[in-house]
Amino acid sequence: MQNIVKEKKNNSFTKKNLLITAGIILGFLVVMYLAEGNLLNRQYKSLIVPIGIYIILAVSLNLTTGFLGELSLGHAGFMAIGAYTGALITLNLNMPEAVEFIIALIVGGFIAAIFGVLIGVPVLRLKGDYLAIVTLAFNEIIRSIINFLGITGGAMGLSKIPRYTNYIWVYILVVLTIVIITNLVNSRHGRAISAIRDNYVAAESIGLKVSKYKVMAFVIAAFFAGIAGVLYGHNLSVLKPADFDYNKSIEILVIVVLGGMGSVRGSVIAAAVLTILPEVLRAADDFRMLLYAVVLIAMMLFNSSGIRTKLEESGKLPKLPKLTRNRAK
Amino acid sequence: MALLEVKNLGISFGGLRAVDDVNLNIEKGQLYGLIGPNGAGKTTIFNLLTGVYRPTTGTIKVDGVDIVGKSPSEICQNGVARTFQNIRLFKKMTVLDNVKAALHNQVKYSLFTSFFRTSNYYQSEKQMNEKAMEILKVFDLDGQANYLASNLPYGKQRKLEIARGLATNPKLLLLDEPAAGMNPNETAELMETIRLVRDKYNITILLIEHDMKLVTGICEKILVLNFGTELATGAPEDVLNNPEVITAYLGE
Amino acid sequence: MGSVLEQLINGLGTGSIYALIALGYTMVYGIAKMINFAHGDIIMVGAYVLYVTVTQFKLPVIAAVAITVTFCAVLGITIEKIAYKPLRKAPSLAVLITAIGMSFLLQSLALLIFNANPIAFKSIIDVQTVKLGNTTVSGVTLVTLIVTMICMITLSLFISKTKAGSAMRAVSEDKAAAQLMGINVNRTISMTFAIGSALAAVAGILFVCQYQSIKPTLGALPGIKAFVAAVLGGIGSVPGAMIGGVLLGVIESISKAYISSELTDAIVFGVLVLVLLVKPSGLLGKNRIEKV
Repeated sequence: MQNIVKEKKNNSFTKKNLLITAGIILGFLVVMYLAEGNLLNRQYKSLIVPIGIYIILAVSLNLTTGFLGELSLGHAGFMAIGAYTGALITLNLNMPEAVEFIIALIVGGFIAAIFGVLIGVPVLRLKGDYLAIVTLAFNEIIRSIINFLGITGGAMGLSKIPRYTNYIWVYILVVLTIVIITNLVNSRHGRAISAIRDNYVAAESIGLKVSKYKVMAFVIAAFFAGIAGVLYGHNLSVLKPADFDYNKSIEILVIVVLGGMGSVRGSVIAAAVLTILPEVLRAADDFRMLLYAVVLIAMMLFNSSGIRTKLEESGKLPKLPKLTRNRAK
Repeated sequence: MALLEVKNLGISFGGLRAVDDVNLNIEKGQLYGLIGPNGAGKTTIFNLLTGVYRPTTGTIKVDGVDIVGKSPSEICQNGVARTFQNIRLFKKMTVLDNVKAALHNQVKYSLFTSFFRTSNYYQSEKQMNEKAMEILKVFDLDGQANYLASNLPYGKQRKLEIARGLATNPKLLLLDEPAAGMNPNETAELMETIRLVRDKYNITILLIEHDMKLVTGICEKILVLNFGTELATGAPEDVLNNPEVITAYLGE
Repeated sequence: MGSVLEQLINGLGTGSIYALIALGYTMVYGIAKMINFAHGDIIMVGAYVLYVTVTQFKLPVIAAVAITVTFCAVLGITIEKIAYKPLRKAPSLAVLITAIGMSFLLQSLALLIFNANPIAFKSIIDVQTVKLGNTTVSGVTLVTLIVTMICMITLSLFISKTKAGSAMRAVSEDKAAAQLMGINVNRTISMTFAIGSALAAVAGILFVCQYQSIKPTLGALPGIKAFVAAVLGGIGSVPGAMIGGVLLGVIESISKAYISSELTDAIVFGVLVLVLLVKPSGLLGKNRIEKV
């Protein structure tokens, strides 16, 4: 019989894993060269950190949208929680930079994750369009509460946040995010999540606890959004509630959609492209929004209206994975 | 003691009594058929047995355990697996992953292991692959293990659903029209497979089917349902010669 | 800070604008089973069209209003034809994302044409403030209430009495069956989008008369709030949208006056969350059992 399933060794020291490790180190050297060398001017160097932050945001949102198949329009809300938590920690602690920042990152991620549970448990009972709208509502609720509270500086926001974020921190966290989410997706937990996306009735029938795995995916995504928020705050040094409105959530969604739902690699590439493109085009913010709109509409029409199927059948386009959830009746 | 004991089972939707006072006793290892005209409530019974609907009246015991009020996933862990009339596969997952997803509660490892791929991950995944391939082989699906489930031909999709159910290690397997849409050759082959599965895995099977050849060919006992109530129970040849049953099927 | 009665009347005013917008959401959801995210932005388009026709072309008010409403209705039909129609058989996720894209598209076009600075706009409604005892009701609120009332009565009559209205009801019950009965489904869907968008245009006109300022993101928040109203009333239900809109307006104006204006949005969205968790079908919506 042909050996369809690849034999896997029983430990982590496979050839593939060694190659990946080598790739990660090589990648770091490249990023270091770009950040420190003379190849890029200051304007482009300043994009390295935001690209990394958007990669973390997009890869984590892809877990909810691409793998769990639920549209979350509240990712910026979790990012805000992480950003404010992290900023308040480094503003109030008097510890060495590295210690303070690590605490901020971890706590920021965890508080966002806790909110992920609080919001996820009720919200994930809903499906489809309703779920999307409620996550949007929570995004707005979080933002107006931050706007209202004294500790977060109200509408003025927080300023003088130490600029701890640099390309090294970002690179480490980007790698960690990608590795953890990719590993998760290819594990028993990840299979449960994808199974729920494909058919939740069948998923229940084979003994999967649907709500548990939905919440799990949602919370893990929230955790990484929180970390991205901490990085974001310590990069800009100022935070305002208005930074985390629903447009920010959509911005992250645009990256996921462009990169392809359910594709981690796609999210990484799209995050880079969509951060660099407006800079290269030197376009005003007005055009950035137009670009997002066109990406969303064009991608959906291309993927789902049958244009792609036609192209694929005529052989003009290689077959690619597709969107998966069926319209709820 | 019977493996499945159903007493006075009933459910109403609004005013409609979809299933009324159904009693069912299936012995361990039995191959049992559930037949009846369209709309008789057969699939509704499956939905009651698997916790998709909660019965209005009656009790359901699987191997002595009362499962009324439990969620579908709990009932599955109590040893009941099923297939669906309108195939419900995980379409965008591979054939192998469809079965591995069903092994979820057989081979376990922690979320931490998932995140960081400790050696336990590689061991467990290997174990899962072996188990899954073994089951796929029974259904002659091992050659398509890496296909997307949606790319399988129809007959094979039906088989994959049975394989997936079997992977949950059930005591009782419910098959909802397993031969629907199959040609006579495929049906004959499926009959063999169902018998083989029952013997090899030592399970009990309850199936809904319209193909009388299949029903009389493999079922040891049959329950005929009409308008949600029991019309007749017994050995296939007796039941199918029952004048009431003939009337229900052919009309007056 | 006026009396409670005054707050209630103000709430009724904003609430009826929400109700007008919510009608569009609900009708489109009933027929196309999708949330038209771009619906809120039609209000904004309506506001700009009104501004251009009144201040640039110096048209009389009646003509300006007529052009605005027609423009929006045509826009609604066009959006449906270009963006939503090709996706009728696509996953709901794809449709929702397209609708979000459409909303962004309208906003960014407005941004490119008129830029982000708010434009001051003098109300076209010239009605005196009415005093009833010690409660004052502004002319705009009064007109808003009357116009909304007329729109709702007309719409209800249209849906229940005309042939086109019953076609709409049929399509929302069962698209395939309606088609078999000889109903032109495409035309019915277009008509629904046209009516919904026309109502949004009316809402837009009333909205700018109340707030007297126009900007590209003007439609976003009222749009989402109107959606909340539609859900509150029970999405798919026309009377539900009316009740939900009015209720939401009152909740908003009361919490603005007595709790905190910063927290008003949080309260409004809190209402949405609560309704969806407690009774997802809303006040007047129907429960649906999912078939397995």
